[in-house]
Amino acid sequence: MTVAIVQFGGSNCDRDAEQALSHLGIDAELVWHEDGLPDDASGVVLPGGFSYGDYLRAGAIAANSPIVGEVREAAEAGTPVLGVCNGAQIGSESRLTPGAFTTNASARFQCEHVHVRVENADTPWTQAYDEGAVLELPIAHGEGRFEITDDRMAALNDEDRVLFRYCDADGTVSDEANPNGSTENVAGVAGERENVAVLMPHPERASLPDVAPTDGQGILHGFEN
Amino acid sequence: MDDHTDTMTGYTATVTVRLKQGVLDPEAQTTQRALERLGFELDALRSADRFELDLDAESAESAAERAEEMAERLLANPTIHDYEVAVESRE
Repeated sequence: MTVAIVQFGGSNCDRDAEQALSHLGIDAELVWHEDGLPDDASGVVLPGGFSYGDYLRAGAIAANSPIVGEVREAAEAGTPVLGVCNGAQIGSESRLTPGAFTTNASARFQCEHVHVRVENADTPWTQAYDEGAVLELPIAHGEGRFEITDDRMAALNDEDRVLFRYCDADGTVSDEANPNGSTENVAGVAGERENVAVLMPHPERASLPDVAPTDGQGILHGFEN
Repeated sequence: MDDHTDTMTGYTATVTVRLKQGVLDPEAQTTQRALERLGFELDALRSADRFELDLDAESAESAAERAEEMAERLLANPTIHDYEVAVESRE
């Protein structure tokens, strides 16, 4: 039972994810995308970075690599799949998850700590928290603005698939607390099945006591649920 | 394949991908501001990506169909983009 962390050329949060999962006692191994997904993978991390140099659009080329087809099959079979940052972009480009992550409204690469509010605490990725809990997590992205059509956004709300929204330290969701102009402050969403989730903030960079805060641990515990 | 070569024609399919109307374009806004700093006056600036695909097909319609499929599958992201395809025969 090992979580596969899929490495593409340009992935750079793969080892962070491995360290964070190991710290939590979750077995994890790095898997080069060309080697394919191990048959016994108990979970999949699509890690952050700049796969394929962000050519065409962030995540677009990796989303069409053969291993993502295998990840899709695993996801449909119920295997937990978590996309972080570039992994979230790969998730949306491959349509594992809804919407698109595109250029920040600021037109800048933003590397800072943000707060997110847990919107639905009834998923493997969020059940460690209470609904409404405020987490402090780092972001580091240039293309994190969540875009989606109005009707699909309404459907996501109806289906309770928004997992995290950007908020201030008190949990208030506002334009001021929205770092990148995301539609309705969305920071993370679930796929059609809740075993698949993506988010732009980095839980793996907020899981080791040496690198506080550790608010991201509960998200990674999703691989154990 | 050789049997079909006679009936195939070379085409260039041009796929233009742009953000849907109403989708914020921070890169275009930044470019517009830079032009304005240079002293140019303009009301708006829109940018688009253009892909030129050289391919062989039995007809212009068939070339356009393939280019549209490429746009749907990869070149554009239907969530945020519109695209158009134009086909010309190639010498």
